[in-house]
Parts: sequence; C-alpha cells; structure tokens
Amino acid sequence: MTATENAPATTGVPFTLNGVELEAKQGENLLDACDRLGVHIPRFCYHPRMTPVGMCRMCLVEIDTGRGPALQPGCMMTVSPNMVVNTESEATVKAQDGVLELLLINHPLDCPVCDKGGECPLQDNAFAYGPGESRFVEEKRHYEKPIPISDLVFLDRERCILCDRCTRFADEVAGDPLIHFVDRGAQTQVNTFPDHPFSSYFSGNTVQICPVGALTAKPYRFKARPWDLTGVESTAAVDATGARVAIQSSQNRLVRVLGVDSDAVNWGWLSDKERFIHEATDAEDRLTDPLTRDDAGEFVVRRWTDATKIAAEALQGPAERIGVIGGARLPLEAQFLWARLTDELGITSRDAQLGDGLDPAILSGAPRATIDRACTPGGTVVLLGADPKEELPSLFLRLRHAVAEDGVKLIELTPRASSLSSYAKARLYAAPGAAAEVAAAISTDASASVGGVDAQELAKAAELLGADGPVTVLVGRANLAETADLTAAALVALHDVAPDLAVLSGLRRGNIHGAIEMGLVPGSAEGGDGAAGKSTEAMLAAAAAGEIDTLVLLGADPMADVPNRELVESAFAAVATVVSIDTFNTASTARADIVLPAAAWGEVDGTFCNLEGRLSPLSAKVTSPGQARADWIIAAELALATGHDLGVGSLGEVRSAMVETVPSLAGVDFDGLVSDADGPVIGGDRAWSLSAPSVSVPPVDGYGLRLLVDRTLWDEGTMVHHAPSLAHLATTATVSVAPAVLDRLGVQPGDQVTLNHENGSVDLAVAADGRLPDGVARIPFRAAGFDAGTLIGEGPVVDVRLDRASS
Amino acid sequence: MSSHTNDGHTNDYVPHAPGYVDNEGPKVVTSRFTYEDSFTLERSLATGGYDGLKAALAKSPAEVAQEVKDAVVLGRGGAGFPAGVKWGFMPQIWPRYLVVNGDESEPGTYKDRLLMERDPHQLIEGCMIACYALGLNQCFLYVRGEMPLAHERIATALNEAYAAGYVGKNVMDTDVSIDIVLHWGAGAYIVGEETALIESLEGNRGQPRLKPPYFPAAKGLYYQPTIVNNVETLANLPWLMVNGAEAYKTMGSEASPGTRMLAVSGHVKRPGVYEVEQGVVTFRELFYDDNYCGGIRDDNDLKMFIPGGGSAPWFFEDQLDIPMEGRTVGAAGSMLGSGALVVMDETTDAVKAALRVVRFFARESCGKCTPCREGTSWEEKVLQRILDGHGRPEDIDLLLEIGTNISPGTYPVASFGDAGLDAVPFPPKQTTICPLGPSSVAPITSAIRRFRDEFEAKIDASADGGVAAVDAESEPVVAAAGGH
Repeated sequence: MTATENAPATTGVPFTLNGVELEAKQGENLLDACDRLGVHIPRFCYHPRMTPVGMCRMCLVEIDTGRGPALQPGCMMTVSPNMVVNTESEATVKAQDGVLELLLINHPLDCPVCDKGGECPLQDNAFAYGPGESRFVEEKRHYEKPIPISDLVFLDRERCILCDRCTRFADEVAGDPLIHFVDRGAQTQVNTFPDHPFSSYFSGNTVQICPVGALTAKPYRFKARPWDLTGVESTAAVDATGARVAIQSSQNRLVRVLGVDSDAVNWGWLSDKERFIHEATDAEDRLTDPLTRDDAGEFVVRRWTDATKIAAEALQGPAERIGVIGGARLPLEAQFLWARLTDELGITSRDAQLGDGLDPAILSGAPRATIDRACTPGGTVVLLGADPKEELPSLFLRLRHAVAEDGVKLIELTPRASSLSSYAKARLYAAPGAAAEVAAAISTDASASVGGVDAQELAKAAELLGADGPVTVLVGRANLAETADLTAAALVALHDVAPDLAVLSGLRRGNIHGAIEMGLVPGSAEGGDGAAGKSTEAMLAAAAAGEIDTLVLLGADPMADVPNRELVESAFAAVATVVSIDTFNTASTARADIVLPAAAWGEVDGTFCNLEGRLSPLSAKVTSPGQARADWIIAAELALATGHDLGVGSLGEVRSAMVETVPSLAGVDFDGLVSDADGPVIGGDRAWSLSAPSVSVPPVDGYGLRLLVDRTLWDEGTMVHHAPSLAHLATTATVSVAPAVLDRLGVQPGDQVTLNHENGSVDLAVAADGRLPDGVARIPFRAAGFDAGTLIGEGPVVDVRLDRASS
Repeated sequence: MSSHTNDGHTNDYVPHAPGYVDNEGPKVVTSRFTYEDSFTLERSLATGGYDGLKAALAKSPAEVAQEVKDAVVLGRGGAGFPAGVKWGFMPQIWPRYLVVNGDESEPGTYKDRLLMERDPHQLIEGCMIACYALGLNQCFLYVRGEMPLAHERIATALNEAYAAGYVGKNVMDTDVSIDIVLHWGAGAYIVGEETALIESLEGNRGQPRLKPPYFPAAKGLYYQPTIVNNVETLANLPWLMVNGAEAYKTMGSEASPGTRMLAVSGHVKRPGVYEVEQGVVTFRELFYDDNYCGGIRDDNDLKMFIPGGGSAPWFFEDQLDIPMEGRTVGAAGSMLGSGALVVMDETTDAVKAALRVVRFFARESCGKCTPCREGTSWEEKVLQRILDGHGRPEDIDLLLEIGTNISPGTYPVASFGDAGLDAVPFPPKQTTICPLGPSSVAPITSAIRRFRDEFEAKIDASADGGVAAVDAESEPVVAAAGGH
C-alpha cells in the first residue's frame, strides 16, 4: 500500500508539518505524506487509487508555499520543498468545522437505521472535526429513496455527500461510466442515465468506497451492524486472480466481503462475483451429510466413518482403473494431501482441469510472469485467451489501468474484440482454429492477411513484440469449442517472435494453480512408468470404454463443466462407482454413488495459490453446516482407511509436510501469509521448453460459421447459481454473430434462428455482436436455457450453420 | 427576425433591453455600433475591418505580442490582468490553443453580447491577431448558450471571413493558417470561469478545475497550453494594431489605458452600454452626467450600486467619486469586474436585493465544492425565510457565519463613513475552487453592514420567531424526479 508504507523517505523533499521539519518523497501527495508520517487529515473524496478532484473540501489545511498561509485542499497538493503545512491552525480547524456543518445540513442523519452507521467516515469526521450541533432549521433536500441503480446496488441520494468517488470509480477504474452527476448546485445528484442501469461487473466497489450510507448492496442491506461484525483477511477463491479480501460475519453467517488493497494483486478492488459469492456458502441446499446409495439406488445419510469406509473400498481397486477429476476448489493443503494419497495408491489418472483449460506443460515450460510484470509501464501484453473481464475481472482492472494509464501496449490475439480492445495497439482477431496460423504469420514483413487478420495488424504486432520493455502473454482458453493445442501452438509461434516473453496464466478456475503445483496433473510423482496418467477427457473416454471403474470428483462437476457433453454422458453411464466430494448438489453429485460433504470457502483455513504462483491465506470465519468437513481431513481419513497413514493430524502438520517435501514451498511461512498483503510467489524460475503440438484444422465446411463458445462472468455456474443475489444475473443463451451475418440471414436481433450442427439442430434467439468477426457464431458456455456443451465434440473446431427458424 | 433558443423553441427575437448608448468620447471597440448593418462583412470592410490583421501580419508575432504588452491591454473579463503578460506565461509546447470566453453571464453584464451581435468581424479579427501573436493555429470561440443572436451572427461572419480568406488556410495570402471553431454553450454561469469553460468545451460537465495545477496557460484545453481571453479584450486588438500602443495609451489612465465598455442597468434614466475611458470617469459622472446615464430615475436618491457585476460587493454614496479603475475600486472594497453596474435607488428593499443576487448564485452553483453547493442554498433559504416573515434574531449572524465558511476571514466591503467602518480591500479568500461561492457572500455582507436595521425590522415583525413557521412550513417536497 503506497499510502501507508512505513519506509523512511530517503531522497526526500523537506517540508514543515505542524512545526516539525520532515521529509516527503519526491512528487508525493500531501495527504499521502501526512498519512505516512502519522498526521491525519480528514477527507471524503480523496482515494489513493483514483485521481484527486478536491471536491469535498474536507482536507482543507493551511499551507504556506512562500506567499503566506492559505487554505488549500491537501489532496490536490504535491509536497514542494520548504512548504509549511499546518493541519491544526485556527483557520484549518474553522474550515473543517464549516465544511462538516455544510455537509450535514442536508444529510438525513438517519444513522440509527443506516447500514453505514458505526463505520461511517461522515459520522467519524463529524465527531472528530465537526460542530456539535446544526444551525440549519430549514427544510432538508428530499429525493425518492432508495432507488435501485442496478440489480445489486441501491442509491440513497439524501445521504449522498457528492464526493465523486463512485462516479470516478465507474469512469476511471472500471471503465463503465454509467453513473454520473446530474443537475447542478444543491440539486446535484448521482444517478444513472434513463434505461441504462449501473450494470457493471464492479458495482460493489462503489458501495465499499462510499464514505456515507448512500450506496448499499442488496446482499448486505440491513443484515448486520458494523459493531456486530467480526472479520478476518482471506483471499477470493472464485477465480484464479486471488484478490485479497476481508470476510466478515455476524451470528456465524458470512454477511460481507470487502476488498483489501494488495499492491501486487487487486489494489483493493473486487468484481461483484468475488464480493457477493459468499452468499453461496450460506445457501440452504448445501451438502451437509455423507450419502451413499441403498439397494434401491436411493441416497441414504451415513456417518463419516461408514461413508469413508465405503469410499475407501472404491479407492482400493486396481489403480489404473481409478480416475481423480478436479481439485481446483480445494485449498493448497488439501490438494497436497490428495496428491500424496493418489501417489500412495498408485493412481496416475488425476487432473484438476476439466477439459476446459490448457496443457499444464504451458505453465511449467515457460517463464512465468507476475501481474506487476505484465503491467510494467512501457511493456507489451498479448491477450491469447478469453476476455479477462469475463473470466478474471480483478486482473482485468489491473490490465485496464496498465493500458489506459501506464502506456502498456496491448496486442489482442483473440477470437473477438476483448473488453480492452479500445486500448489495443494491434488487433489480431483470429477465426476459431486460426490462432496458431495467425501467430506464426506475425512479422514486420507481413504482406498478406492470414486467418482473417490484416497484414498491417500482423506487422504492427511484430513491431510491438520487438520493442523494448517486457513482453507478457496472458494465456487462457479463448474458445471451448476449439482444441487447447491451438493455443499452445500460438504461444510457441509468439515465442519465435519474442523469445524473452513470459507467460501469465489465464486459467480461471479457483485454486487451479495450486492444484497443478501440488501435482494434481496426469502422471505419477516419480515420472513416466508406462502407465502415464490420463487427462480428464482421456479418463472420461476410458470410462465410456469400460476401462475405468471408479471416478473421484474433487469439487468437480464434469456434467456441467467439461465442454464435450456427449463424452461425459457416456462416461457416467458406463462407470461403476462415482465418488463426489463437494459442497453443493450438482448434476454430477446427483449421478454419484458416494457423496462426501466438504466445507466451503469461508469455513476452512488454508492457502491459495493464484495465477502468478502467489500464496495468500484462505481463512475460516464460520462453521460448516451439518457434518461437512474440511477437504484435508477428508483426504487424511481416506488415507487412513485405505491403509496409507499420511501422518498428519492438524493443518500445521500438513503444512510442515508440504514445506519439507515440496521444493517450491521450501521456507514458506504459512502463518505469516495473513499479515503479508502481497504474499510470496512460488515456482518462479522456469525455462522455456515448449514445442508446438501439431494440429490440423479442417477448412471451413459447408456449414459456414465457426463456433466460439466462451464464458461470461454471470453464468449458471454452481456458486453463482447458489448465491441468491447473483443467480438471476446469469446470461441467457443466444447465438450472436456479426451484424453483417444477420443482414445476410435477413433476421433481426432477438429473432429465433435454427442452428444446425453435426449432431442435429436447435432453435435459439440470435443477437448482433459488433465485436465478432464475420464467419463466427458465438454461444456463451453454461448460459441459461441452452447447454453449449452439446455442440462440442472431439474435433479441433466446430462448424455450424444458421438458418431462419422455420416457424 | 427569429432564432432558435436553447430549448428548441422558435421565438421572435426580442433584443435584451437596454442596448448600446452612443456618447461623446473616443471609440475603440464600438465605432461601428451606430450602423444598422454593423455586423456584415461589407460594413466592416468599408470601415477599416481587417486592417488590423493586415498590419499585424506585416510584423513578426513577437512584435505584435510586444505591442499588446506595451499598450497594457488589461483583461476585460473581470480580473483585469494584462493580456500581454498573460500571453507570456505560455510555455513553448504545441499544440496550444486560444479560447475566447464569450460566456458572458455575470449578472448585470451584457457588453460582450453587444460586441458579438453588433461587430462579430471585429472579434474574429482580434482572435486572428492574438493567434498570430501567440504562434498558434487553433482558436475556439465559446458563446454563451442564451445568446442565440450572437451565435448566429458570429457563425455568419465566420463563414464570410473564411470565404474572404481572413480565416483558415493561408490567411490573406500569407503562410499563416488559423482555424476558428465556434462552440455554443449549454447555458451555465459557471462556464464563464475559464477552467469550467475548458471542461465544457471538452464535452464534460461545466465544473472548474483547481488552480494549481490546472492553470490554463500551462494545462488548459486537453491539458495543453491554452490562453483564455475575454471577447472585449480581443476586440481591442484591431484598433491597437492600426493605431499603435502609443495612441492607445493616450486614452484612459496610466495604469489602465484605453477604454472600457460599461453596462449600466437599474434605476438610472438612461441605462445601457457605454464606452468610456478607463480610470478617468468617476461613478458619479457615469450615473449623473448627461453624456452618460443622466441621473437616477425620478430624481430619487441613490441607495446603493454594484460596481462590477453580481459578484462585486456593493458601493454606496460614499464611493461615487472614485474613478472607475480596477486598483482603486479594489482598494475601496469591491471590483470593477466585468464592467457591469447595477444602480438601486431609495425605493429598493436591501434584503430583497440581497436575496435576488444570492438566489442567482445558488441556482448557478455547479455543485462541485461543498461550501458553495450547500452554503449558497442555505443563504438563500434563510433570506427567503426572513422575507417571508419568519426571521429569527440570530439569522443575521448566521448569514454572516455561513459566509465565513465559504469565504474565510473578513469579506471585502466598502467603507461606511457614518458608522466609522473602513473598507476591506478586494479580493476575498475562499474555501472553494472558484470564486462563485464567495460571490454569494458579497451581497449579504454588503447589505447587512449597511442596512442591518432593515433586516432587524423584518425580523422584529415576524410573529413567531421563525422556528414554528419552519416546522409547519410545508409538506416535504420531492425535489427531483425519482428513479427509473
């Protein structure tokens, strides 16, 4: 945190603060300097992560820069040599008192019923710096209140003190300028534009930074009083960014998540998914008891000892006929134990990814980048994967700042324009199947278009990749209807142009990087012994072929998450035993034979490893419902029941074993992670060792449109589905195409069209998407109303045809 | 003649009375005002139009700038800062811009409107001279939203000037190229403040930027060096180019050479805009002399007058013999500002007059700074309550106290000989970014200092001591449209 760093100023700017001669840093903001030096100047509008505006006037202090003392807003001042600042002078005190009286005249003073009461900067500053009582006897300003400005946020304009924090955030940080000041003078108010709600993925941040109770979030409204809350710092585990959070509970229920400012990761900001997904932990239909099937095939509740014994039996079959799928939901400690347990049992078919990720060799075979490296001013970032706003929204905010404010140059190598495309310096929108070909054509001499990308853009990209400054490639899975090998091949081609590139993983699912680090990847710990492990897709294929008897699902729901739906169906139909360890009833647990309930996020202590390899704490704040227990305990018990004592009886012992046996964790102080806002990065040094897999992509067939299946932030995912405030936000399935395609079809947006594919046809509503190139049809994955997985088969790409619906 | 107003209605144009009044004396900027067709290119050329530009183009830019500096052309927008000195603040950074502040909206001021309506070519010529002297080739001419005729005439004149080669590429067959873009405001007083005007011109809400760091000369339009000049200031340049600094300085006083356009309104016999020599004529001469306003209406006694637009503290009988010159007026506790004089005779209610001016500022506050946004509307409510017969004795001190929260310290005010009170010199201090908020304090401190008895009389007549009436006053009013 730049604002509160305690490092002494070295090459400082001498200035006088309240009669004491001190030093500020070069170019340091006066408010930041005073914070650092332990002198508090009250403020409302200033926020260290946004441009100062000097609106609220609360930070007026007497400043003398050689022309006599004058009241100046501290937030707008850079400390200059020999500046004399007095934050306690008579004029300063009078000004602070005056500003507070004025701020309060139209404020409703409804603190007893206000969610902010008790943690309100206006309340605190009024007590510390304000007049004891008001002299205002006139009618106060009235507005209808509260008004919903989005699905998640309510606005009370009477409480608002017009500090410009929420509006600045929406414009500057999120890039969604959907709220603004309207009217002027005393009638100035924050509002949305008619018919344009504040539907930003980041709207919850405005609630957190509101210095009064004007903005409240639906999930927290009237749920608790601040003095009843207890909190602990943790990490958002809903995606792989690993944003730092504080989680707060009241009466053993998680009620609120706040962003914590980590310089290295999220700068205090969160996506609404990270902020509000805690509702799922508290959902009523959590799995609470171990279940097994009775003779009639019905689930019966079992005690843990019985259920563990039954599950252990399933795990003791021939190791090559057992597969373990999943593990990204688990904390690092449980991942470690599952890796140990499968090693002990000789199970080599294990894969934390669900066929929607990338070959883990991409992460182990390329130099790894941190977010800070990607955001280094003057550097270049290549997007080779999905839209970060949809999959890794907190990372998106960092990247957006980097390209919008810090001059980081962006190259898009994506199937459609990303949410950062307006900042992109080169736009390589490769048709599905063409990414590798396009990447290989990047050259300053490019003279012909390749894969739908102009030669000019290819040359521009080559120039940017050859420029000074670090090159970072954000690699993810852009298209679930396309083989991941194409992404790997494209990365190798990029490496040919920019040999010094580093990779920032864009794998999105929770603690996936921890799982890979701990060894939940196909193969054995000792290395190839003939029985090389199978990937998730290979396991499912083997199960369908009768070669696997038991599938263990570690917080995985292949029925929904593996892109190839037909493959999953046939695997589940053929496999003898499915053991599911999960927090919720999912499509996959419904088909399981043994279900073990696990503790959810917020219920267990543990460790998270983000997409950089950065470790941060996961903290328990509430107790698990029913008999649900921590994953590491489940793993340890299963180990005992299968005759493989792992020798761990507490989380501390697990961690000791990890530090001892996992080389990349040597020396890690797990207990110190909570107090380290940035956290250590593990497994940093990796040399380039990738080679391009060969993929042959068939030419576009008579169907005419190549399918793009990708994710949106709000989908029918298990967690979102179980968070009441978020569930209704799930995207509805439509097939979108470039406007030109609509014209050719002669249909309007919203019309039904028939989508024909290899296995049949389906009717869907059509939408226009100007971000799509011609020749591509896009359907969101896990959207409400249609399962795009039914379109995805084993081929490298999927071709479809659209027709006007017959009726 | 008809024109479109800002809200899209078509109205027959009614000239804002009063208009220009011809008088004896040297004419620098109003020389064509007496012609019916003064706004046409034909009339302009027939009366020496664009001769100044021609003269300027014959010199080097530095020589033109020096001429302006030598002539001590004071800014006519309000602050009275020498234009030549201001120009010198521009760092050697390109692109750089000239922005013409035609958002004249200070209460009582209507001189720039006449300059734009009656002689748009003179203004365009002045812009061209300034651009040439500053070595820039992009000028933005910002016209106030409520001035449709000015906008229309400048638009026509610009088209004529472009066609005739006085503006655009290769001006008058030289290698000088300068573009002028006309921009019509949306109607906000605050946009007359230069940094708010720049925000508005960029397409944002018209709200001021803090100086420092946003001094326009260093970080102005699009954060590039920008000179913002008033319409009248630029209208002086053609005459100056033709006649030279020496001739210019033969008019007016030594510190304030040249002439000024003064807009007189209120209770005088002949209100209107007069071009007078700066620093020479006194207020008494202006109000009473037959060459100017010809006395107070109905030969009533003068009660008070505002010497420089609504923002200026009030003057009284005691100040009548001060010559109209920025420094003198400032030392006497007010400002000459934009040259707007509002005269009020003995029939005027001081409390009502104060409310009228305060209400203007409350309505026009942009809402950015807390003290102005909340303070001006509070002042308005208290004054209105006193007038409604619900005043309380403590309201007088409360009004002054609210004022010190917007403008700390002692507010500038004129001397009051009878009471033995000295003047407090201009300008006021401020807790706000721009002077709008502090401006609302001027009428209050002026009125209370001089006419406290009138406030007290109204409060004494209040039946209920105020508070009861406030509680029972009205049902809560939903002030604005609700959500959607």
